[in-house]
This record gives sequence, C-alpha cells and structure tokens, in this order.
Amino acid sequence: MTERAKRAATREAGADLLSVTPADCSAYAAGSLLSVEHLSVADVAEILAMTARLERMDAAQWARVLLGRTVALLFYESSTRTRTSFELAAKSLGATTTLVSDKSSSIEKGESLKDTGLTLRALGAEAIILRHPSSGAASLLARVTGLPVLNAGDGMHQHPSQALLDLRTILLRQGRDASTVDAKTLDGITVVITGDILHSRVARSNAMLLPRLGARVVLCGPPELLPESALGLGTGIEIERDFDRALARADVVMMLRIQKERLAGFDLNLAEFIERYQLSAERLAAIAPHVLVMHPGPIIRGLEITGEVADGAQSAIEQQVSQGLAIRRAVLVRALGVKA
Amino acid sequence: MSEILILNGRVVDPASGTDGPRDVLVRDGRIAAVEMSGGLAGVAGSIAKENQLDVAGMVVAPGLIDIHVHLREPGQTHKETIRTGTEAAAAGGFTTVVAMPNTTPVNDSVKSLRWILDAARGPVVKLLAMPAATFGSLGCEITDFHELVKAGAVGFTDDGRPVLEDEVMRAALVAAAGLGVPVSQHAEDTRLTAGCSMNAGRVAFRLGLRGMPVEAEARIVERDLRLLREIERVERVRPHLHVQHVSTSRALHEIRRAKAEGLHVTCEAAPHHFTLTDEAIGDYDTNAKMNPPLRAEADRHALIEGLLDGTVDCIATDHAPHASWEKEVEFERAANGITGLETALGLALRVLHREHGMPLSRVIALMSAHPAEVIGLKDRGNLRVGSWADVVVFDAAAEWSFTVGESRSKSKNTPFDGAAMVGRVRATICEGRVVYRAAP
Repeated sequence: MTERAKRAATREAGADLLSVTPADCSAYAAGSLLSVEHLSVADVAEILAMTARLERMDAAQWARVLLGRTVALLFYESSTRTRTSFELAAKSLGATTTLVSDKSSSIEKGESLKDTGLTLRALGAEAIILRHPSSGAASLLARVTGLPVLNAGDGMHQHPSQALLDLRTILLRQGRDASTVDAKTLDGITVVITGDILHSRVARSNAMLLPRLGARVVLCGPPELLPESALGLGTGIEIERDFDRALARADVVMMLRIQKERLAGFDLNLAEFIERYQLSAERLAAIAPHVLVMHPGPIIRGLEITGEVADGAQSAIEQQVSQGLAIRRAVLVRALGVKA
Repeated sequence: MSEILILNGRVVDPASGTDGPRDVLVRDGRIAAVEMSGGLAGVAGSIAKENQLDVAGMVVAPGLIDIHVHLREPGQTHKETIRTGTEAAAAGGFTTVVAMPNTTPVNDSVKSLRWILDAARGPVVKLLAMPAATFGSLGCEITDFHELVKAGAVGFTDDGRPVLEDEVMRAALVAAAGLGVPVSQHAEDTRLTAGCSMNAGRVAFRLGLRGMPVEAEARIVERDLRLLREIERVERVRPHLHVQHVSTSRALHEIRRAKAEGLHVTCEAAPHHFTLTDEAIGDYDTNAKMNPPLRAEADRHALIEGLLDGTVDCIATDHAPHASWEKEVEFERAANGITGLETALGLALRVLHREHGMPLSRVIALMSAHPAEVIGLKDRGNLRVGSWADVVVFDAAAEWSFTVGESRSKSKNTPFDGAAMVGRVRATICEGRVVYRAAP
C-alpha cells in the first residue's frame, strides 16, 4: 500500500488520534513538538532526562550547546511567560534567536502563515517556535516548512511544553525523581483541572498527558466551559461539576483563567463562577490543606484564584515558570537534534 | 445523421425497469432504439465501425445527473471554469450538472443566468443552473423567479448560506410553487454556527475547534417543513422544498416524517457524508473541511439508512473546487468544500452497493432518474426512446484507487486521493457525443 493509500485508509477507518502511529507523524520533522498526542511515554521520559542533564550543566557549558544555531520565534498572540522563557532558553544555549510578531511584520500586510514560515526558513531558521490563535496552526507550519516546529500554544488545541513543565513541577514538588517517567509514575495521583476548560490548550495538553503516566484527571467547571465532549480527550478523565467534591480528592489542583478573548458572545455570570469555582484561602484550608496549587498563568487575582492562594505556601506558580525555562531548553535541544 | 451503436452491454435503466443485455442505438443526439442483443443487427451494417462501441461486460446506464455543483464561473476561474468543471463531470460519468449561484457576481439575474448557460462557456455536458433565491443571496428579497424560469432556471437556492428569514423563505416557496420548481435550501441555522469550522462533538473538542451542532441543520429543516404545511393550508399551492446535502440523523428524521405526511419535500446526500466521519479531519486536513461538515458515525449510518429506505431522493456531489492556497491555511480560515464529480460513482458503488448491498439499479437511479425527477427533467436520466442520448458506460466490478493528479478539475481539494473506488467509467456520451473515453 502506498503512503497515500494508507493515509486514505486511515481517514476512513476513523483512526483514533489518541493512538497516533509513527506514520501519522511522519509528515513532520523529527524533534517537532506539536501535541502531547505525538509523544510516547518514552519520549516524555527522554525529554525529562534531557532536562535533568542540562540542569547539571553550568552557564558556560550551556552556551556551547546550540552555538551557531538559529531559532525563530513566531508569535501571533501576546505572551509573557512562554515567549520569554523560550527566548531565554534558546539564548542561554548559545542559539541566535529572532522574534517575529504579527504586529510588526508582513503578517499585518496579509502574508500567509505558510509564506511567513518559508521566509523564516530561507533566512536560516532551523526551528520555529509558534504561538498562534488558530488550532492546528503548528501542524500546518510544520507540514509546509518541513522544519521542526515547537508549538507554543495553538488556539484552544495544545500547549505541549506547558504540560511537560507542569509534569516536572509536580514530580519535583512531590519529591520524586524528575529525570524519568513511566506509565505508572503518577499512579494514585489525582489532578483536578478547574475553570475554563473549553478554551484551554493547557487543560487539553495536561488531560491528555498525565493519565498516560498513571494520574487520574478530574475536570471541573460549569457546562458552558466544560462540555461533556471533553471526555473524548481520552481515558483516565472524568468530569466533576462540584468543585468542593473535586478538591477533596485532589493531590494537585490546576486553576485556569477565563479566556474572555475566546468567549465569543456568551455571557458568563462571573459572580456565580467565583462563588462556585474560585480557589480561595478558605476553600483551600477547609477542603484541601495539602493540595499542590498550580496555574499556567496569566492569573487574574480575585477571579479564578485569590491573591492569597497564588502567593501562598501551597502555590507552585512561580516554580512552574522557572521549570518552563528548564523544559524549553530540553525541547529546543531535541528539536535541533543535538546530543547534550 | 450521426449514429452510435452501443453493443453487448448490460443496460440498467431504472426508469423503465430494464436490467439486462441490450444494444442501444443513438441517432441525432437521441435514444433511437434499445433492443435485445442482436436486435439491431440490421442497422449495424450502415454505421461506421468507429461509431460502434462494443461494451461487453460493461454497464450501460443513463448519464449521471448532479444537481449540486460549483463551477465557479463567473468570477472565480482560478478554482474552476465551466469548461474544466464539466470535463471533470464527464470523466465522472455525469452528463448533466446544475450550477449553484454563488459565483462572483452571484447569479441572481436573467442576464447572468443567460451568460452562464451560453454555449460560449464551452460546457462539455448539459449545463443547467439554479439561480439565487434572493438578490445577492443576501436573504432579503427574492429574485424574479418567473423571468428566471423562462430563461432556464431549474430551481432556486442561496446555497452556501440559508434563506434564514421565515417571510423570505415563505415568499420563495410560494413563488416557486407556481412555477413548478423547487427551492433548494442549504439548511444551516447560521445563528448557531458562527466561528465554527467542523461538526460539534468529541473530535472538535479534542482538536480545539468550535463545532456546528446538528441542531443547526435540523432547525432550518423543521422551520421549512412548517412553512410547507402553512402554505399548503393557507395558499392552496403545493411548494417543493429540496433539502441540500443532508448530513444529520435529526434532519433526516424530520424529512422522513414529512414525506409520510405527504409534503412535497426531497433531499440529497453527498458521497463524502456517507463515506467519511469527522475523524477524517485527522491532523487538521483542510481537504476534510466542508459545510455541512463531516459528522459522527451515527449520522453517517443514518444517511446510509435514508439512502436505502428511500428517504434520500438522490446523490449530489456539492463539487466545490478551491485553489491549493485557499486550503493550505489555518483550518478555521480554510475554504469550505471538496471536489466530488470524479469520485461520486466510485464511492457510491463501494459504500452503498458493495458494503451495504444496495442493488446496482438503485444506485444508478439515485444518480440519474431520481435527480432528474427532483428538477423536473423528463427526457434525461432515462434511456427511453426519444430521450436525450445521455449515457454512461462503466465497469461495475472494477476496483481502483483515485489519483487526484489525474483529475480534470482545475482544483485538487479532495480527501479521496488514494481512496478505494468500485466501478470505473469507460465512456460518457452526452446528447449523442462521446464526451469522455477512458484510456484503454
């Protein structure tokens, strides 16, 4: 069977994306990081091992790892954490970086994603880090450029490096070996993800990654922000609408910002949302005094989480940011095919 | 006098109930005789050898009729032209196609309709058209149905978008009823689908794409059926509603009930909707993006049920060519639609005939006699003596895989590149002219 016929047959067999076969990823350059779906447990373990190895190196050693290599950051959406950490990670490893954003480039003149990608490639970019408001944009860019693409968030779809840094943060905070994982590493761990699940690429990435390492993922939120179809993300996922009940079972709670920019018309009763789903100090003390509190940022203090909790001892929010730097060094090294 | 003799084929003509070995004589563009093998031996001597087609082992059927195609002319000739689109039609076994009005400008006037139907456009098969139901397909004011029908319109539609306002749709149905043509509705409540690029459900959630709920289709169908009932009761006329590209179990259910009730409603199904589900989008394959979108497996099955039990009247492709650069973009921004003229018969025979046991004559009826009936054609879609000599000759048993590189269409946007097909067109004859012949 030709590749073409195989693809056609796969399309018609209703191939389950959860079991993406290597053939399905063959359209993308090795080292691409588009979705956690494309990562095997062994791939995740390898990225964690790489992160740990890089962490043992000093700044002078880092600076030689990607010396002379060129990485482009292509950002169609605003970002603080992700952009800065990718940029600092690449620079710390000695790479040359260039930042292209939709507001100061020919994208404003109507240049397509494909042509922008081809232009960056022609200018010597060896990998592209892309943030884009459209789901699937990273796959498109990877297909048309043939370059390794690191998905730094595509629409509501995926943010794989965030899931990896969240995983590493959990392992470290639980005092575990953060240099490897297997299918049982998170056995017995319940991770509650709360809030605007519908619009969250972080929720999708974590909900599709953590159960494959043994965790139980409980999604929590009102039906407008958490439709039943979320259960289709995979096995090991359940929905619990009552935040207090979910929290009582949680080892880790991830809070999500309500993405007003993606609400597209529907009115959410914020007062009611806060009443039911806000992670407050009172709620935390009464129900989950030992739970690990996480948030991918940006946080809106006083909405999904109170300032007190965000700054409190149970919060891992700043650690998540610094782990972002560590994980992004590793995925950059992986993308450029360097042995470190 | 021009003559063609089609010898030794298996003639399948659903309109007359014929299914057996027959020879067919074509004279001056019309069917002149259909006789048992050997019955035309007398005339054979007077016909040049190159005009005698020995089609032993092949099926000889009425040329296929597609009442839903986008030929993109005028105004979008980078996607397709009437010439290239009808060449693709001929290669797919079609001898009649009905052009949708969403060209640039929209086909909403006698002048534009005449321009499209002018022989100067160079169609290689019979070209018919459904002009816009409303000016500019803006959904506000109905076009001049009377003058447009006189100029050749076979129905009215704002395809690509629905006629959303109750009063406008009511006016369109009433006007069309008086002229004996259907109003073809693109059933989508666009108030429920803004920003959506695929079917709502688990796949959409996983891909992070906004989904069109099945209710968006059902609600317009329900509304239109309610209008039919009201118009029959109040106006004492019997309008004909044709529901385009039905894709959901819900809408089919409503249509089945309405038919049982006696309303004049017909509907069509597209091959992609009975072949694929939303899983075919895979990793954001924009060649699996169309509107209505590929649905869930339960909807696909309901569609096949509807085709088997007669709820679905005909197969129509919704052939919608787009240039590569209009598809090679972010999924949400990609143009809706896929090409379909050259894959329709192969998919219908594979899915309906082979996989679901539909008799060959039923598949042919769904693609010839039935669509002819929907748009009121009497002398096409059948092999009766005196009808236009529109004939398709195909090898019903041939198994092959479609190669988009060989497509006659100007555009290559199909999810069926490399897909298995059953039944291959060997020759297409339109009004007595051979318009397509497969390489031997």
